[in-house]
Amino acid sequence: MAEQAIPAEVLEAAGPTLLPARGVDLRRSARLGLTAGGVAVFVSANGMVEAFSKRDIVGPISLGYAMLLGVALGFGYLAGRPPQVLQGFAAPRPGWRNLVGGLLAGAVAGAVMAVFLVLIATFEVRRIFLNIGPELVREAPRLLTVGQDLGPGLALIFGLATALGGLAGTLHLLRERWRRAVLAAVLWVVLFGLLASVVIQVLRGIQTQLRLWTAPIADVLYAGGALSVAGVALVAAAAFGASLLRTSGRRRRPLRRRLDQLPDTSRRLVRVAVLAVLLLGLGLLPQILGSFLSEVLNIAGIFLLMALGLNIVVGFAGLLDLGYVAFFAVGAYTTALLISPQSSLGLGWVFWAAVPFVILASAVAGLMVGTPVLRMRGDYLAIVTLGFGEIARLLFLSDWLKPVFGGAQGIIRIRDITIGPVELRGPQAFFYAIFLFVLLATYITYALQDSRIGRAWAAMREDESVAEAMGVNIVVAKLSAFVVGAMLAGFGGALFATKIGSIFPHSFNVIVSITVLVVIIVGGMASVPGVVVGALVLVGLPELLREFEEYRFLLYGALLIFMMVNRPEGFIPSGRRAQELHEEDMAQDAWLRERAADEREADVTAPAPRKAGEG
Amino acid sequence: MSERGEVGEAGPILELRGVSTHYGPIQVLREVSIEIRPGEIVCLLGGNASGKTTTLKTILGYVVPTRGDVMLDGQRVNGTRTQRLVELGISMVPENRRLFKRMTVRENLELGAYLRRDKAAIAEDFERVFTLFPRMKERLGQRAGTLSGGEQQMVAMGRALMARPKVLLMDEPSMGLAPVLVEQNFELIQQVNEQGTTIFVVEQNASMALSIADHGYVLQTGRVVLADTAQNLLDHPQMREAYLGEL
Repeated sequence: MAEQAIPAEVLEAAGPTLLPARGVDLRRSARLGLTAGGVAVFVSANGMVEAFSKRDIVGPISLGYAMLLGVALGFGYLAGRPPQVLQGFAAPRPGWRNLVGGLLAGAVAGAVMAVFLVLIATFEVRRIFLNIGPELVREAPRLLTVGQDLGPGLALIFGLATALGGLAGTLHLLRERWRRAVLAAVLWVVLFGLLASVVIQVLRGIQTQLRLWTAPIADVLYAGGALSVAGVALVAAAAFGASLLRTSGRRRRPLRRRLDQLPDTSRRLVRVAVLAVLLLGLGLLPQILGSFLSEVLNIAGIFLLMALGLNIVVGFAGLLDLGYVAFFAVGAYTTALLISPQSSLGLGWVFWAAVPFVILASAVAGLMVGTPVLRMRGDYLAIVTLGFGEIARLLFLSDWLKPVFGGAQGIIRIRDITIGPVELRGPQAFFYAIFLFVLLATYITYALQDSRIGRAWAAMREDESVAEAMGVNIVVAKLSAFVVGAMLAGFGGALFATKIGSIFPHSFNVIVSITVLVVIIVGGMASVPGVVVGALVLVGLPELLREFEEYRFLLYGALLIFMMVNRPEGFIPSGRRAQELHEEDMAQDAWLRERAADEREADVTAPAPRKAGEG
Repeated sequence: MSERGEVGEAGPILELRGVSTHYGPIQVLREVSIEIRPGEIVCLLGGNASGKTTTLKTILGYVVPTRGDVMLDGQRVNGTRTQRLVELGISMVPENRRLFKRMTVRENLELGAYLRRDKAAIAEDFERVFTLFPRMKERLGQRAGTLSGGEQQMVAMGRALMARPKVLLMDEPSMGLAPVLVEQNFELIQQVNEQGTTIFVVEQNASMALSIADHGYVLQTGRVVLADTAQNLLDHPQMREAYLGEL
């Protein structure tokens, strides 16, 4: 995504004979328009537009419409984007081609959509395409023609798509700084619209908990659950201004550096203050968020725990484990067996007494899965672990082990976590337990990353046999990755069991493994902040917007494809991953730099290049 | 087999005594005996499928000999775990260098010293590597995969040296390098040897290897067919015909 600027020295070496800039390729714009049309037709035909039309997010614009608008704007933006600067070419100047590219893409997309509308208005296709309902075009509210009859509706759609595409294309006429500000404003308006319920709840929660006068802000920003005109203006202005401020030429010193320069006593004071505010905020967070949002956060938190664990196995050690859910199940069942008075053991322990056994059981499970696959790599490992995951589920479900695990009836009446006399009942209280474990997992992850074993994992991930020749004990490295990963998943399972209060084998299917894997891939492999964001967005968001539920995996799939093509290193990549995936670009850069240096060296008249650190 | 017998003042640091190895029913090495004395460069020559790589694998403990012994510093090390062998002082520059391409040069070098815990000595060895390859110092933060071929070879050597090996094994150092780099590479090997590291090179490029080696062995279908000083081998008529491309 990042357009890498060619180093000045390379341009210099290439000489003054720069070829003229390549403008926007209009054929490409038309192709993008076709894709945009396809996407718009697809989301209309599979029922998404209709399903999402119940939630207004910005004024009268529903989420369904916002999606169509987003398609037109997004593809228009891409279509109007000038091509990357190639070596030997001048940088393109913004001009009418940017606008035309956007217009063209919009028009093509609009035309595709219009054909689709005519088709579904003329033919009865509902028998094949169940989700193409009559309310799309034929009957009120005629969603896709915006309430108009077919004729004017077509004109409207076509015109709108073209205009939006062109509008998005013209963004490229702006200078980078302003364009970014506009994009930021659009992004934040959409976010605020989408997350209306969260923002409103938080503003209200702050008022009741902290006695700050924040609830009226919600009344200004939102009307009837959607952003009001004033809300759009405020959010857009704030985002726009913040973006401009951030990119303003003055480079401020990083906060950390400024902090370091303070005298010791005040530095300590600042640290204590920051910590206190953080703790206070976290302590009040469940109260501010309320019951529902806390529950959403808890679900995301359990997946985050698992994702942190899988991140160690896949991200650090490079062992693709598709049966990760097995460890989650082991943690959950161990907990349930020990703390439910109605389990086959009937012990009814307190949660904390069960924790050591959860650790033990998941570690053993990690060894059991890890040992037979020691000699396997890559695809084979993935397939075998996939099998292990299913075996675990089937064992818990089996009649054979029914006396222990309860078969399909599972284990019920799992007691809540208690801290002394306090029971963590309800999502708001439960949040603290989850938070504690997530904190622990984060600490473990960071500690391991910088440890000897962390280095061994990294070496093993890159080249197993060479790592071995360096003295890395591959058996220990692999098994320890499996064991640590299994333990974190085990914690997740333990929390899951106590949160739900009863567990059944069907909760532990392959979908859980896949979801966790998607979280770390999209979030950013081997990057803790990435995994956190991934869990919040991919697990939390669908809980928040229940309409998404039906399309959850479709969206995961689309997101995965988008990410793999455009940003394979994830939302928030770890430094190393990002480099790996752009290795070729970088290798090319390095080669260019080297060549430029060589050429300068060869040029006798030029002063000899100074090499740092030599001699 | 070796004519040198007990001529050298010190005993061999690494020795193969009549080593035979099998992959399942297939015998790969047939009573191979090789002696490497401290401070020497010894090269093992041979064409494809002659058993060169298997010899290295046997020394590194990946393959356990079915007969004969591998002796390191007078100790029998047959079938010892690779990890232990690295600790005992064997390290390798693998074929095609095989750097951890996505890691920085520094990380590569650090991994070479993976088994060592003596921080001060490791820091010393970093300096030693920098004196050998001054260019490495500027490249420390750069990713190994972005280096040029010649620089990568330096990192690979540096990485192996970071283990403070008694014997440095090199698998086909000329493989995949431009002719100019091959020459440069063998100069590097010589340079490292002059600093006191014993080197065992496995190579197809016979003339190049013999030009820097003290002794050479020629392997043919798993058998040592010639063993002599490098100079004698260079003059040996059979060698000239078969490996040095002269008539």
